[in-house]
Amino acid sequence: MIVFVSFLVFLMLVGAVATSVFRDLISAVIAAALVSLTASILFYLLQAPDVAMAEAAIGAALTAAIFIIAIRRTKRYEE
Amino acid sequence: MRKAIAILLLIIVALGIRLSLRKIPFGTPKTEVGRYYIDEGIEETGAVNIVTAVVVNYRGFDTLGEVTVLFIAAIGLGAVLTTSVKGETRKTQPASLVLYTGCRLLFPLIFVFGTYVFIHGHLTPGGGFQGGAIIASGFLLIYLGCRERKISRVGSNLADSLGGLVFVIIGLFGLVLGSYFLLNFLPKGTANTLVSAGIIPIIYVAIGFKVGSELTSIIGSLIEEG
Repeated sequence: MIVFVSFLVFLMLVGAVATSVFRDLISAVIAAALVSLTASILFYLLQAPDVAMAEAAIGAALTAAIFIIAIRRTKRYEE
Repeated sequence: MRKAIAILLLIIVALGIRLSLRKIPFGTPKTEVGRYYIDEGIEETGAVNIVTAVVVNYRGFDTLGEVTVLFIAAIGLGAVLTTSVKGETRKTQPASLVLYTGCRLLFPLIFVFGTYVFIHGHLTPGGGFQGGAIIASGFLLIYLGCRERKISRVGSNLADSLGGLVFVIIGLFGLVLGSYFLLNFLPKGTANTLVSAGIIPIIYVAIGFKVGSELTSIIGSLIEEG
């Protein structure tokens, strides 16, 4: 169990760093969605299923979609 | 130079957080109200899910404010983005076969699941906000996969307004029949059954309709007019 949780936290940190490192903004949004998804699994393991559902639906799906729609109207690559 | 200053500032902030949190013991209950909700919540509200009991019953007025914030955000986004010329339609290329088939197969399941989540808000984890967000992600799939389908803006606005209206009217009923806004005036019934907990399921269904249609209209105005 502790190994799984540590792996999830590590994955979350990797996603968070990748979000700021990526020059391709679509990849950055996907990495941010990964952070939300792992956060939602962690919430579930910490016995907060209500928060986990909200985080998975809003953080991973809707926010990423809104970011991608916004990026489609602007530039994809950061200078 | 700037990086060094930034790192120094981060270290100072981390030290400050560390110092301010050191006195608080980890994992022990800090307030007594949480224990009270867990002990008395089921009996007082009839809702088995204590989170729902707190969100809709004990802190119902805060929830009304939260829903209002979301409502204003949706209205503002619609007002800002509705600048395109009437009748102008952009050419959209059809979605791929995989996305189209997946959308047609998955949308009913997602919709039913979202409805289940907000109807059973007082029994199982989840509630109006979660169910509404799940339904909105189903509509996002429609926007992505079945592009020739048009989602009625009038219908979503109607669901939005009706949800808010039901919430406020039930709250005012409490004011008329009893002593305070959002009083749980209906019989509580037996816990763990679908028709129980008084006004909580009604309000959560209203919130589910409201949140689902608001998030759908936000995504719709972004995709269609943004």
